Amino acid sequence: MASLDPILDPTGRVEAVTQAIQGGRSLWDDARMRLLRNKAAVFSMILFGIIVLIAAFGPMVWVHDYRTISDLRTIPPTWEGMHPLGTDLQGRDLLARLLIGLRISLLVGVVATIVSLVIGVTWGAVAGYLGGRIDNFMMRIVDVLYALPFIFFVILLLTVFERNIVLIFAAIGAIEWLTMSRIVRGQTLSIKGKEFIEAARAAGVSQTGIIVRHILPNVIGPVAVYVTLTIPVVILAESFLSFLGLGVNEPLTSLGVLIADGANMMDDKPWMLIAPAVTMSVTLLCLNFIGDGLRDALDPKER
Amino acid sequence: MLQRAFRRIPWGYTFRRLLIAIPTMLAIITMAFLMMRAAPGGPFDGERKLPPETERAIAAKFGLDKPLHEQYLNYVGGVIQGDFGPSYKTLGKSVNDLIADGLPVSLTIGALTMFISLILGTALGVFAGLRQNSATDYGVMGIAMVGISVPSFVIGPILILVFAIGTGLFAVGGLGTYPNIGMNWYNMTLPIATLSLAQVAIISRLMRASIIETMHANHIRTARAKGLSEWQVITRHALPSAMLPLVSYAGPAMARVMTGSVVIEKLFGLPGLGSYFVNGALNRDYTLVMGAIIVYAGLIILLNLVADILYAMLDPKVKYD
Repeated sequence: MASLDPILDPTGRVEAVTQAIQGGRSLWDDARMRLLRNKAAVFSMILFGIIVLIAAFGPMVWVHDYRTISDLRTIPPTWEGMHPLGTDLQGRDLLARLLIGLRISLLVGVVATIVSLVIGVTWGAVAGYLGGRIDNFMMRIVDVLYALPFIFFVILLLTVFERNIVLIFAAIGAIEWLTMSRIVRGQTLSIKGKEFIEAARAAGVSQTGIIVRHILPNVIGPVAVYVTLTIPVVILAESFLSFLGLGVNEPLTSLGVLIADGANMMDDKPWMLIAPAVTMSVTLLCLNFIGDGLRDALDPKER
Repeated sequence: MLQRAFRRIPWGYTFRRLLIAIPTMLAIITMAFLMMRAAPGGPFDGERKLPPETERAIAAKFGLDKPLHEQYLNYVGGVIQGDFGPSYKTLGKSVNDLIADGLPVSLTIGALTMFISLILGTALGVFAGLRQNSATDYGVMGIAMVGISVPSFVIGPILILVFAIGTGLFAVGGLGTYPNIGMNWYNMTLPIATLSLAQVAIISRLMRASIIETMHANHIRTARAKGLSEWQVITRHALPSAMLPLVSYAGPAMARVMTGSVVIEKLFGLPGLGSYFVNGALNRDYTLVMGAIIVYAGLIILLNLVADILYAMLDPKVKYD
């Protein structure tokens, strides 16, 4: 944390004075510095940025459309006719499908995480702020829900009702908010006793105002960490469903669908599996390294 | 030590948790029941339309002609007596039969996976944690990160590709397209390896953080001060307290392994509860799916409870209520 060696500056006074002269460093400045010193996290952020750009613009730039069917079925990777990853069973270009699949998987990851964020933060902040019986009741519900095999209900939901991408977003988001609500509640409990909340109350700010303006901004740190770690979990959940044949509908695709298709063909056409599997693994790896880096940066107790 | 732990079983807490489990299970049964009934399309909507009298006869046979609340009460009544009803699709078999077929397979896979993962994960985590921030530590943690990030349905096919197709060492289950290959130790090696990789990775990360924290604790300094060798300090004083978080992790993890085994069973063509569940859901075999969900939920509740009780028995600082 300190830029000076603790042996040279055992009481931290020099550090404090330096900070006072430089205008001080906030918690966020410290966190940013620690994050930028974490090579794996920085590298992952750059790589993930590139992945996001590829997912956003790749499908527009690439010469083939992911829906175009052709007679060139399951050809191995070749530059002839511009199929660097080969084609699938319907003769569709696999790179085009990989690009759109990456886009859908990231989209599911982000949207479902936002769903879980909204539910979890609201639930946790309200429970923590109101406290007492209401808190007890709300958290008991969370405890009970924790015990449910939710993924089975999602599978059920998707087999029973007509599948569409909105349902997938909502269903996955709705099962991932529990931990978020616990984190936010814990933070809220520790914040709500602070003087500035009392001051706000004394100044006549409404309860909603206090939660939105004073409590939520102070729980952002842990929530940010958890959000980065939730996105890969959600992407995994979507692929899990896709792998069981319950993912997005054709001709749309996702990384999970591509991996499932590839796994079915892998004994003689391994390239169909390798490209989506590598893409998915690298994406998840980046997100996990970023999440880990953020956590260590915001909560540096064991490094 | 063991006796003392047994005296610490929190009976009141256990009792209350079991009491809460009853409405939880009821809620699960109700949710599953309603979802099934709200579904468009019934289990007997085949390729061709059945004549109305046949349809009525089938409905009467399965009690689907009765009013909804009566169906519900009948079902709940049956479940309480341990009867999940007849399967809609597998003729002549009850859901109980199917669960009795599938559950042992899933439980064996789950239990073995947890057993192997706990041993390997603990060993790796302690090994890395004791060498904090060394090259070894970064190496092990880097591999663990890969283990967490690469999904099981990627690892599974790769293992099949390398070990089953490549070397012919193991039978290929065939990615859900072939008939089930049956269960024996030999066929379970690759599925268990697939499921274990992620668990070993998670457990080793958990264990690393825990041992690092424990090694800074006061009782370790005391143990060192009284002149114990480093090996004794670690095995006698650090490990027991560092492993405590594993106890509370193991319950939910077992649940996660069982959930994950849905994909693994499909991938390797194993006849476990997971593959029954997926096939049942795809075929609209409602009674089977509901039965499977209830069994899974019951297992998860039970495992979490056991983990919490164990935690209370092992950690003198924990007090429920």
